[in-house]
Amino acid sequence: MTTPIVRLFALVVVLFAVLVGFTSRWTVFEAKSLRDNPLNRRALLDELTIKRGLIRAADGSVLARSVPAGGGTWRRTYPPGDLFAQTVGLSFPARGIANSGLERSRNDALLGRRNELSSIFQQLRGQRRVGDDVETTLDPAAQRTAIAGLAGRAGSVVALDPRTGAVRVMTSIPSFDPNAFRVARTAPGSPILNRATQASYPPGSTFKVVTAAAALDTGRYTPDSVVDGSSPQTFSGVPLNNDGGQSFGPITLTQALTFSVNTVWARVGESLGKRTMGDYMKRFGFYAKPELDYPRDQMLASGEYFRGRLLPPESPRIDTARLAIGQDKLQVTPLQMAEVAAAVANGGRLMKPKLTARVVDTDGRTRDRIGPEVQRQVMKPSSARALGAMMSRVVAEGTGTAAALQGIEVAGKTGTAQVGPAGGNLTQPWFIAFAPVVRPRVAIAVTVERTDGGFGGTEAAPIAAQVMQVLLRQGG
Amino acid sequence: MSARNRELLGLVPASLLLTGGFAAVFIQRQAVLSDLSLTYGAIFLGLCLAAHVVIRLTLPHADPYLFPLVALLASFGLVMIYRIDEDLARQQAQWFVVGLALFAVTIVVFRDYRRLERYRYTIAAVSIALLLLPRVPGIGVQTNGAYLGVRGPGFVFQPTEFAKIGIIIFLASYLRDTRQVLVQGSRRILGVTLPPLKHFGPLLVVWGAAMVLLVFIRDLGSSLMFFGAFIALLYVATNRLSFVVVGLGMFGLGAWFFAGTVGHVSDRIEAWQTPFDHAVYDRVGGSYQLAQSLFAQADGGLFGQGFGQAILDLPRGGSLLPAPQTDLIYAVITDELGLVGACGVLLVYLMIAQRGFKIATLARDSFSTLLAAGLTAVFALQVFVIVGGVTKVIPLTGVTLPFVSYGGSSIVANFVLLALLLLVSDRARRPA
Repeated sequence: MTTPIVRLFALVVVLFAVLVGFTSRWTVFEAKSLRDNPLNRRALLDELTIKRGLIRAADGSVLARSVPAGGGTWRRTYPPGDLFAQTVGLSFPARGIANSGLERSRNDALLGRRNELSSIFQQLRGQRRVGDDVETTLDPAAQRTAIAGLAGRAGSVVALDPRTGAVRVMTSIPSFDPNAFRVARTAPGSPILNRATQASYPPGSTFKVVTAAAALDTGRYTPDSVVDGSSPQTFSGVPLNNDGGQSFGPITLTQALTFSVNTVWARVGESLGKRTMGDYMKRFGFYAKPELDYPRDQMLASGEYFRGRLLPPESPRIDTARLAIGQDKLQVTPLQMAEVAAAVANGGRLMKPKLTARVVDTDGRTRDRIGPEVQRQVMKPSSARALGAMMSRVVAEGTGTAAALQGIEVAGKTGTAQVGPAGGNLTQPWFIAFAPVVRPRVAIAVTVERTDGGFGGTEAAPIAAQVMQVLLRQGG
Repeated sequence: MSARNRELLGLVPASLLLTGGFAAVFIQRQAVLSDLSLTYGAIFLGLCLAAHVVIRLTLPHADPYLFPLVALLASFGLVMIYRIDEDLARQQAQWFVVGLALFAVTIVVFRDYRRLERYRYTIAAVSIALLLLPRVPGIGVQTNGAYLGVRGPGFVFQPTEFAKIGIIIFLASYLRDTRQVLVQGSRRILGVTLPPLKHFGPLLVVWGAAMVLLVFIRDLGSSLMFFGAFIALLYVATNRLSFVVVGLGMFGLGAWFFAGTVGHVSDRIEAWQTPFDHAVYDRVGGSYQLAQSLFAQADGGLFGQGFGQAILDLPRGGSLLPAPQTDLIYAVITDELGLVGACGVLLVYLMIAQRGFKIATLARDSFSTLLAAGLTAVFALQVFVIVGGVTKVIPLTGVTLPFVSYGGSSIVANFVLLALLLLVSDRARRPA
């Protein structure tokens, strides 16, 4: 009877192999779809019962912490209130709302989710799972200055370290107190919206920096190239005026940037052509969502929009001349314009923007350091240097003198977009800048959503100056 | 090294596992390492040593690996249950002691286990009666629609656990007598060897019994376990695949028929086929249990979340994973120790099965061979039925994971099963 017994054992082996196969199926191969199953509430229970890590500012102050909420669950509080409301985001799983902001993009770290191997060691040490702390690059002092500068007006300020892509300031006004977010959801002015990454604004003349970068980097123009700056001139069959109808005659590109001459840059844009403009816009990061460690659905791509949809760069609907001066159907986020300034500042090399410096476990060990990463070499270093010199004239003698700092050379560009009904006096002032011109440490974009006839140089530039001053004073 | 010394050595890892496991649970609970885990480990080792001495004195030639393997499973089970509920673990430890005592009694009383053959019809009758006991009004207990328990004084007794041993003893004895008859007089039809029709009689009787079980205790898993063990024994006794094919076909047909007519069984099959259907999921006795089992396993991944890390309860009371200490203990193991840990447990069962079948091949008489093969088969099938149920290979039913699940009847009955296997082994390996 030995043969049938051996066969019987073989059958048992096969049956057990089936068990191993099915266990692998649920634990490995189909684990993800099981976790995403709407009936599976384990992820939610995880979020309720695991103590989330802290979110800290660059100066070590706590932006978000978990406090016991009874029954072994935890609740999030945000000590600085409305200071970084949209950027840090919300985590209130018990209230049935989805996480947002950094609370979402760094959710795995905040919940202490690790790779498989380190969980073995954790298990050998018998530790209870707790979340890791997330240290951000955000600077509360500069953020406060930005908020004070906006003085309650809707708008946004984004400041980056051009060398690393670190986001130092990300302001979106109106803001809200995350600890009382229910009120905010229905409040006027959409405070939940992060204007720095989600708003779509006309950039006005700040976009001329992109046009200038394309003009210099293609080799078709130099800062001293002379272009006709008379006004009006006709583009695409429609006359275009300079600001106040001022006619300049033949002037250099440096002068045209310093005094923001529309007709010159429209001419330059038209001669560069749609394809080149589109190419340089893509290099700066337009036409794609920013590569920020932030939820993708809370970020917008900048570019030409038609009926709420992003137009391809070659679309016949694009009026290249008006695109070149930041008009047409161009819509941008303040983050994108800060990236433009940062790319010029960093020798033409655009760094990936990032909000997180590192992830630290409860014992203070660094779990993950988010180092600087190059997103794209946008233009040649020489082009960037030349463009920076042109932008420094804007602050020295042009439209942006209000951004000047004591003893520090600043490069910038103003913008004043017409908003509201045609013929009205409503404007959206802009200012983008970086400083110091030699070895820049800060790049910034400032915009105020709506003013009654205010200019970028008068409304936005002073805010940029104050924020840059705070950031530069800290050294680094 | 003698067999008994190998057995003695084998008990060390089991005790270490218990000590280490309790230590891990303690650290996880209180963040302090108390010497209590060492005490538990020492007590466990002491109990195993006592059993070892009994084996050493009475069964010097018995298989040296079986007892340490079982001790490994039992210690692992104790740790898992302790992690789920301390009070249950304390009770389980008491049942473990009772099991060891009954193990010793079995060895001493049935030293000549072949005497059992004399009482085979009595044993069969008692076993059938045991199986039907849960349907007796007043003492029967219904869990999730299946009748598997009997209310005793202060505890619930699971007669199936004992009935499986009785039935195997009966079948081994019966088939020893009839196996020659079953093999003789076969005819080959269309290349298939078929025994004479009249010899399908016993097969039909047992098939009928399995179907009655299915209808009366309404448990597909138990009925599959019993019928599967019967087919396995029939195959070992006759070496005729035709019995297996015909038997499985008949079982399949019967199961298919009753699945459509017995409400509880069809519910279970529907829950098995569409566990994530919202209507099935929300229904009482629906797929909630199976779905939660799969979710728990998905959380485990390759290496698991670690001892004590699985989520079993809802934060404000109520359980997320039902019956974690009995039916779904395999899901908890997978959650906490991952695919690797689960495979380890399955490997231990497979090693026990290998030792069991080895004993069957070494046995010198047909009854001993059939008894060892049958006991091993029913043991392995029980593991397959519950793990298969938890992992959605087959519909989920309420049998225990031997030596690991919480349950007095289960651990005591399985110790009796182990005693019988060791008895057969000792006789088989005794020098002539």
